[in-house]
Amino acid sequence: MKPPPFEYLAVDSVDAAVGALAEAGGDGKIIAGGQSLLPMLNFRLLRPSVLVDINRVPDLAYVRDDGDRIRIGALTRHYMLQTSELVAAQLPVLHEAMQHVAHLAIRNRGTIGGSLSHADPAAELPMMTLLLDANLDVRSASGRRTIGAQDFFLGALSTALEEDDMVVAIDVPKLPARTGWAFEEVSRRSGDFALACVAVTLSNREDKFGRVRIGMMGVGETPMRASEAEALLEGQPYSDGLVDAAINAIRASVEPNTDLHASSDYRRHLVGILAERAIRKAWTRAMEGSDA
Amino acid sequence: MPEAVSIRITVNGVTYERSVEPRLLLSDFLRGELGLTGTHVGCEHGVCGACTVLVNGDSARSCLFLAAQLDGAEVKTVEGLGTAQAMSPVQKAFHECHALQCGFCTPGMLITTMDILSKFPDADDEQIREGLSGNLCRCTGYQNIVRAVRMAADNIKAQAQEEAAS
Ligand SMILES: Cc1cc2nc3c(=O)[nH]c(=O)nc-3n(C[C@H](O)[C@H](O)[C@H](O)COP(=O)(O)OP(=O)(O)OC[C@H]3O[C@@H](n4cnc5c(N)ncnc54)[C@H](O)[C@@H]3O)c2cc1C
Ligand code: FES
Ligand code: FES
Repeated sequence: MKPPPFEYLAVDSVDAAVGALAEAGGDGKIIAGGQSLLPMLNFRLLRPSVLVDINRVPDLAYVRDDGDRIRIGALTRHYMLQTSELVAAQLPVLHEAMQHVAHLAIRNRGTIGGSLSHADPAAELPMMTLLLDANLDVRSASGRRTIGAQDFFLGALSTALEEDDMVVAIDVPKLPARTGWAFEEVSRRSGDFALACVAVTLSNREDKFGRVRIGMMGVGETPMRASEAEALLEGQPYSDGLVDAAINAIRASVEPNTDLHASSDYRRHLVGILAERAIRKAWTRAMEGSDA
Repeated sequence: MPEAVSIRITVNGVTYERSVEPRLLLSDFLRGELGLTGTHVGCEHGVCGACTVLVNGDSARSCLFLAAQLDGAEVKTVEGLGTAQAMSPVQKAFHECHALQCGFCTPGMLITTMDILSKFPDADDEQIREGLSGNLCRCTGYQNIVRAVRMAADNIKAQAQEEAAS
C-alpha cells in the first residue's frame, strides 16, 4: 500500500528536530533510516501529521572511543556499526550481533537510534544495549536526559521516550579485558528477525564465574536479562550441573508468545538450548583469555 | 494537501527537477514520474528486494525511501547498468549463467550484486549468499544466481588485472 499524507520537514540540527517535534504536539515522527517507519506507513499503521527527517543533521553518525566507553551517534547505520573496527576490538559481542541484523540494503539505511526507538521485541540492538548496560542520551525541546537501557524498553514497540524526545547518542561501557562472550540466534532465514536469541558476557575469576550477564530476546514483549540465572552462576565454579540449573531457571522465567513462526513451547525450548551454547562458549573464551 | 517538496535528483546520469508529494515513494517516483519501470515492486515493505536501487552508491529499498528525501542524491537503477547490446559484466554473467527465469527479481538481484561486489570484491560463496539473502526469487532456486555473482566477481577482477598490466 501507499503511505497516508503527511508534511515533510528535513532539519539540519538536533535543536530544529526537537523543536519541530514539540510543535507537532505529539503528532510528529522522526524519520531516520525509514526501514521500520516506512513499512508501518505503507501498511497505514501510523498517521503522523509531519515527518521530521534527521538524515541531514551533521555529526550524528559516528562510533567514537570515549575512554572506558564507546559512544555511538544515533544516526549510525547498521552497516557502519557492523564494519567498525573499534566495535570489533572493544565490543566483539556487538560486532557478532550486527551480522544478524537484516540484509545489506536495510543495513545501509537502518540506524541504531531508529532500532532502539522502534523497540521490536525480536531486534538485536535493543537486546545488546540491555546486555551491555548501555545508556541512551535523549534530547527534547525542554532539555536532555540519560535513560539506562534497563529502563528504556517498556513493551513491544513501546519505550520510555516521550512523543517529542529524540535519541541522540548511545554510550556503551567497554568490556573488561578477558571477557568471554557469545551470541547465539536462530531465525528462519538469514537476516530475518530472531525466533529466539541469547547473548552472554562473563569473566573467569580464579576458575569461578565472575560477573555474568545474559541477555535474551524473542521470548517476551521486550528484550530481557536472565537475572536469576546470572545470580546462580556468579561466584560458583563451572560445572555441567550448574549450567543446567541456570538453563532451567531461564526456561521457567520466560512466557514466549505463539505466533505464525513458532509456538511458545518451541521458543522456550530453544532459548534454553541457545543459553546453554552461549554460556559454554563464553566460558571457553574467558578461559582462553585468562591464559593470555 | 501537504506542501509539495522540490527536489533535484540525478537518475542514471540524468538530472531531474521535480516537485513531489511528501508521501511519494522513490519506487513510484521512478516508475510513475520517470517511466523507469525496470525497478520492480513486489511487497512495499522491504522484504522482497525487487525494488532495490543504488542511492549514492549504496543499495537501498526504493519502497522504503521517500522521493522527497532525495534532493541532491544520485540514484542508479537497472536501466543505468547497461543495454541489451552492451551489457555490464554483472548482466552478462546473469545471462550466461541462466540466473533468471521470469525476471521479476532480476533488477533487484543485479543492483544488490553491484553493492556486494563493490563492498566485498573478494566475497566467497558464503558472503555472496549472505549478501543476496534479502532478495527473494520464486523461480530459479538461487543456485545460478550465486554462480552468476561468482562469475561476475571473477570477470571484474580479471578485467582489472588486465587493465593494470596493459
Ligand atoms: C526486511 C527487513 C528485515 C529486517 N530485519 C531486521 C533484523 O533482523 N533485526 C533488526 O534488528 N532489525 C531488522 N529490521 C529493522 C531495521 O533494523 C530498522 O533499521 C530499524 O528497526 C529501524 O531503524 P531506522 O533507522 O530505519 O528507523 P526508522 O524506520 O526511521 O524509525 C523507526 C522508529 O523510530 C523513531 N526514531 C528513529 N530515529 C529516532 C531517534 N533518533 N530518536 C527518537 N525516535 C527515533 C521513528 O520515529 C520511528 O517511530 C528489518 C527491516 C526490514 C525492512
Ligand atoms: S517492493 Fe521494496 S522490498 Fe519488496
Ligand atoms: S526469476 Fe522469477 S522471481 Fe527470480
